[in-house]
Amino acid sequence: MARGLFLRLVLSALCAAGAAAFLYHDYCVLGAGPAGLQAAYFLQRAGRDYVVFERSHAPGSFFAIYPRHRKLISINKRHTGKSNSEFNLRHDWNSLLSHEPRLLFRRYSRQFFPHADAMVRYLEDFAAMLGLRIRYDTAIVHVTLEKDPRAWNGHYFVLSDQNRQSYKCSCLLVATGTWVPNVVNFPGSEYVEGYETVSTNPEDFAGQTVLILGRGNSAFETAENILGVTNFIHMVSRSRVRLSWATHYVGDLRAINNGLLDTYQLKSLDGLLEGDLEDLAIVKDKKGKLHITLRFYLENRNTSAGIDGITLPQDELDNFATRAPYDRVIRCLGWKFDFSIYNRMMPGRGNKSKYPQIKPSYESRGTRGLFVLGTASHSVDFRKSAGGFIHGFRYTTRAVHRLLENRHHGVPWPSAVYPITQLTNSIIKRVNEASGLYQMFSVLADIILLRENATAFEYLEEYPVGILAELETQTGRKAPAGLFVVIMEYGRNFSGDDKDVFYYNRAVGEAQHAWQSNFLHPVIYYYKRLPTEREMRLHPPDWPLPRPDAIHHIVEDFLTDWTAPNAHILPLRRFLENCLSTDLRNFFAESCFLFALTRQKLPPFCQQGYARMQGLTGSERLRRHAVEAGLLEDYAVTDFSGDKLPDSRQGSHDQLLRDHVIPLRPLHHLVNAKDEF
Amino acid sequence: MAALEDRWVSSFSFLLFCAVSIPILGSASLVQELSPHEYFSGLQANKASLAYFSRTVSPGAQPFLEQIENSVEALHDYGISVVKVKCPKEDVSRYCGKENALRKAYLFRGNVLIREFPTDALFDVNSIVANVLFALLFHEVKYVETLTDLQNIENALKGKSNMVFAYVPATGTAEHRAVMEVAFVYGTVHQFVLTTEATLLKDAGNDPDVSSAQLLFCHCQQATDLAQPCRRTPLEHDLTVLNIHRHLKLMGAPLVTEVAEDPEKVSTVHLQLGLPLVFILSQKETYEADRRTAEFLAWKLLGKAGVAILSRDVVDLNILRRSNIALKTPDEGVPIKYLVLEDTEEVITLVEDKSKVKQIQENEDEDEEDEDEKENDDQDVQDDQVVEAVSRDKKRELPLDQILTLTEETFHSAMLEAAQTVVLFYASWEAVSLVVLQSYTEVADHLKGTQGILLSRVNCWDWPGVCTMENVTQFPTIKIYKKGEQPITYNGMLGTEELTSFIMLSQVSCPLKLATIDEAERYLSGELPSELSSYQHSLVLGVFSTATSKVREAFTEAGSILSGHVTTGIYFEDDVLALSHKYAVSPPALLLARSSSQSIEGISLSKQSAQDIVQMIRYELLDVFPEITVQNLPHYLQLRKPFLIFFSDGDIGQIESKEMLKLAKGRSQQAFVSCWLNLKNTPVGRGVLKAYFATIPSLPALVWVNLHAGGQVFKFPSEQSITEMNILSWLEKLKAGLEIPSSTLSEEDWKPPLPAYNFLQMMEAAGPEFTLHTSSHQEDRREQQQLEGSEEKATVREEPIEEARVKAEKAQGPGRDLRGTAPRLAGREKQARRHSEL
Repeated sequence: MARGLFLRLVLSALCAAGAAAFLYHDYCVLGAGPAGLQAAYFLQRAGRDYVVFERSHAPGSFFAIYPRHRKLISINKRHTGKSNSEFNLRHDWNSLLSHEPRLLFRRYSRQFFPHADAMVRYLEDFAAMLGLRIRYDTAIVHVTLEKDPRAWNGHYFVLSDQNRQSYKCSCLLVATGTWVPNVVNFPGSEYVEGYETVSTNPEDFAGQTVLILGRGNSAFETAENILGVTNFIHMVSRSRVRLSWATHYVGDLRAINNGLLDTYQLKSLDGLLEGDLEDLAIVKDKKGKLHITLRFYLENRNTSAGIDGITLPQDELDNFATRAPYDRVIRCLGWKFDFSIYNRMMPGRGNKSKYPQIKPSYESRGTRGLFVLGTASHSVDFRKSAGGFIHGFRYTTRAVHRLLENRHHGVPWPSAVYPITQLTNSIIKRVNEASGLYQMFSVLADIILLRENATAFEYLEEYPVGILAELETQTGRKAPAGLFVVIMEYGRNFSGDDKDVFYYNRAVGEAQHAWQSNFLHPVIYYYKRLPTEREMRLHPPDWPLPRPDAIHHIVEDFLTDWTAPNAHILPLRRFLENCLSTDLRNFFAESCFLFALTRQKLPPFCQQGYARMQGLTGSERLRRHAVEAGLLEDYAVTDFSGDKLPDSRQGSHDQLLRDHVIPLRPLHHLVNAKDEF
Repeated sequence: MAALEDRWVSSFSFLLFCAVSIPILGSASLVQELSPHEYFSGLQANKASLAYFSRTVSPGAQPFLEQIENSVEALHDYGISVVKVKCPKEDVSRYCGKENALRKAYLFRGNVLIREFPTDALFDVNSIVANVLFALLFHEVKYVETLTDLQNIENALKGKSNMVFAYVPATGTAEHRAVMEVAFVYGTVHQFVLTTEATLLKDAGNDPDVSSAQLLFCHCQQATDLAQPCRRTPLEHDLTVLNIHRHLKLMGAPLVTEVAEDPEKVSTVHLQLGLPLVFILSQKETYEADRRTAEFLAWKLLGKAGVAILSRDVVDLNILRRSNIALKTPDEGVPIKYLVLEDTEEVITLVEDKSKVKQIQENEDEDEEDEDEKENDDQDVQDDQVVEAVSRDKKRELPLDQILTLTEETFHSAMLEAAQTVVLFYASWEAVSLVVLQSYTEVADHLKGTQGILLSRVNCWDWPGVCTMENVTQFPTIKIYKKGEQPITYNGMLGTEELTSFIMLSQVSCPLKLATIDEAERYLSGELPSELSSYQHSLVLGVFSTATSKVREAFTEAGSILSGHVTTGIYFEDDVLALSHKYAVSPPALLLARSSSQSIEGISLSKQSAQDIVQMIRYELLDVFPEITVQNLPHYLQLRKPFLIFFSDGDIGQIESKEMLKLAKGRSQQAFVSCWLNLKNTPVGRGVLKAYFATIPSLPALVWVNLHAGGQVFKFPSEQSITEMNILSWLEKLKAGLEIPSSTLSEEDWKPPLPAYNFLQMMEAAGPEFTLHTSSHQEDRREQQQLEGSEEKATVREEPIEEARVKAEKAQGPGRDLRGTAPRLAGREKQARRHSEL
């Protein structure tokens, strides 16, 4: 804080000297979309000096146009049967995080798949109600670095807008999303209409034959809209269709848009084709019909002959699939990040260059102090988790904010310290309600740092596991005596493009086979010490983390309710006990009394409860249950002739004797935990 | 245990080899094939042989031949050779000629035919060995059919030798074989008697279960009275060679062993066979009586433990003078336990309990060896008493109508309703929470109708927001909200009485400022505050002069910290000296009235900080000679002093109480906690005594426990009377190290009760299959293509397997077939493969 103030003083002095006419902020956020607003919210709550630049006049300008057919495919589940607000966020994919209960998306739309206008309204309210500092109508057209050893990161970011106004920031948060349409160039691509501008009125397509390029949700959404009025629709793409229910990746084709799959497989004229768009060529005939041919043929053509001189594939192969001419060709190939303004300080991701290259901490690989948030940060978990979508990046944005708080303001990652007796409970609580762990599975994890002697632990929520090795510097917390990593995972070989995800016995019901669980379930890694960066780099490709010293899977659950005492909590307790080499059972005060007088050491539960005069007395009825289970000895019964025992106890005495012969076992194995009957 | 058994086996087989000299003839493992001539000419005089004759291999005899071949080795151990005689086709002699002779086996000793067996009597190795030995040991093992025969044999043996009487439900069984094999060794020592008649057994009056074999050792050698049957000791284990051998060894050992050396060095047959040894500690004066006790005990414990008599005059033992029994267990490294017991029954229970425990352990060991599954089952079984108790009660609906259920929306408005709102923050899935919720309903019952108190609850699993806001970090948490005040978090025992009391006492804001001397007196007598006038509680009045403001502030703070546990009042008017003089203190001072007594105590206040004052008040409120209970023990544990506990079955006697109180108030008060425990109020005290002395000693018992330093437990000699003097001198002896502890408390750490599933290992074991799933698919596909022609056949073949799998799963019984068991998981792999192929 003091440091920030000092900087500001220095900077204002510079301004006064008239060195340059710029405005300074500690944080500059580019884009007032969901991620930009989310970042602004956390900066505002923390009292930071920040500004958001938005080129449009209102927040969420992308949603004002897209999706073109106005139906959001992020679910807006308004009822879950539960009142737990954290749990309910697991099924609310549109809300941003805030303390304000009015800013829940279910107050903005009643539809399960809401109208995009609702999102625009929501984002406007979010910005207005929380009083976020946004400069609208300000398009940042150029970003440069200005070296300065006094700056947080050794340089300032200098931003200039369309009016040549300059801004200077210590930290740049890029939340501009991916909005540049992907375009393919091939002969005849001038005849192709773009998703951005194509008509959304089905009437315009009546009686037409349509070819759609692309196989993402926008392509299917476009097809869905005109499916009922066209002659037929063909869809071309290099890759095969990926169904989100088969890949559990929300970016793949969602069932709500997949009407074309039906009509294709039922031979209702529509169809899917695979082929590389780069090899394609389109020629227009005299009637204005569009013919598909190959670039290869065009290269050898007789230029003077016009359309008649061009070889069409059907000339050689008379049953060529797309030999019928099309009335329209529509391109729906998605978007990429706008790299143009960064002056090479932000390299793209490999060849694809759809996303900027960033580290698992969301910081640019090239430039320190530059962070990418929101959809553009999806390279971290592309085709794996939800980091490219609101319900994912709202958590990663919070994580970035926490990293920055620690790095620049000395505010360590928020944590709570509990006695070791609360270990099982804290994990069970989190895996049952935490939404960040659930949505950002395999990316964000809760970290439990053990204190010396394992008498207490520190709980950190939703830390990016990709930077586990840097935990101590990134969070300002110490890991002196080992740690647990609580994360959620799908089964390794369960889902994917080619997999049958509905095979019999796909769900595991028994705790002892939990490691074979297929559906999303909690996994706990135990490390005796923090993994090193080298170990992190070399971790097995299928695993989110390096090999732990021990691992525990909580068996998948049909209801995602992991509170069953025998199937979920008991095996977890045994795992934790064996990692910590202690006994984590609960005891009634009477047992603690016995231990206190007959042993030199007490189990943690008695140590931290009974010995501090907080013993668990328990009702007579419960103690009797424990006696019947053979887990508590009833010493009163040996003195049966005694005068103090009422007659009603006779029953329990007999019961006890019987139980000594045949110990009653819990009937948990009769409980069916699987999704079959 | 296994090593021990090995030892028996080797010693036993050693015996066998000594008892009979075995002429070795050719290859041991194979049946010799000889011609009739070769066979009969080669027979040696004392050599037994089992022969069968065959012309060609007749198909019916095939299974018989196999069994004969299997028993060659077993019979060889007894010097019996097995010979297959090949009859030439033209031979028409006695053994080769007749067709039905070929269906028999013949037992010869030398060239004398002892018996012929039809092949169907020799159905397996057991029957072959049993029948062959039975025939050979015709004299050593008498077969009886009637009671008279048995009695005759018994009477004939009296005074001469002992008898081993065995009952087997049928001959040719494994038990029969075991008896015969032992008889082969012991036949010359004891008379063996065998029967298959269940009536004989019933008459012997031992065990009515005639479906299993029984063996009784009849002590006839010492029997003198011809009219009485011999004393019998049944073998209480299965009839196996080892068990019978062990039994006979035990019966043969001397009844009472005389010992004249350090008991740690003593080793007897019993210890070698894994049984405990009981020492009777004797003295010259009482030797005769002790010897009788020992013999009596020895008979009672015959087969279960050994008894030895040790004269303390001969061996100098560093043990308590009054110890009369010592117990030595066969386990290595376990020290001998010296005990003071009053009844032989106690010894018997002690030994029997031990062997029971041992047996259970043995069974467990065996189970573990049997299969790992069992171990997993244990892992699956709930061993948390609290969780299990709650699970067993989950079907019951709690009477929660007295308790207001709060939500995120109603929480804040509810806090304004009553003068005092109690909130239980809990999680509905958490066991400890649910235990407290039950106690809470009982509290609600107690407080029903009390004005100004509202009991409520928040389920943090439903409403995490409000719990976070209220700073609830663990479950359960109980807070008391009063209008305009910071909420108080309850930090006492989670029990009905304690919580009720806390809520009651919290009604009053502490410390209560008293304005007149009269008010102060009424406060001390419990009349003020009026809300609590009918409620017994401890109270503290701080008396301050007008000037001592700093201490007063500290006391005020201490009062609010103690709020709910102790009520505090404060008085600092001008006439304070009048009050303080009355109780012989000068301000600043505290006046204490304990709930347990009527008197008021004055203590001058020297502490300056609130925490110190809190500590001081807590300490002062402790009783001098409390009855220790589950509820109050922690208060005294915190003193971290040794405990002197007077265990009493019922109320403490007046004399003892007076003496103990004298002791407690005496100069040694600072050094240890003296207390008493009423086993009627605190039955778990019996568990404590058992842990100290293995059995419950005669009560009352006075025990010194070094809880925090070393853990030694000493018992005050019961023959001394409990007086302050006696106890003090005993304590002096303890301090001087002149007494020997009865036991020492375990300082073991609390380790995990059971192992966890080793998923890391399981994943590794499944490794290649698991991680290289896709590539194995491709291989399968390639194979499939190669086999394309036979594809149809393959599917046909596969179907019955699939059906069988389903059937197998069904056969596991209802409930089980819904589980994802291992065979199913294996089946799943198969299925997954098929899916990808189609």
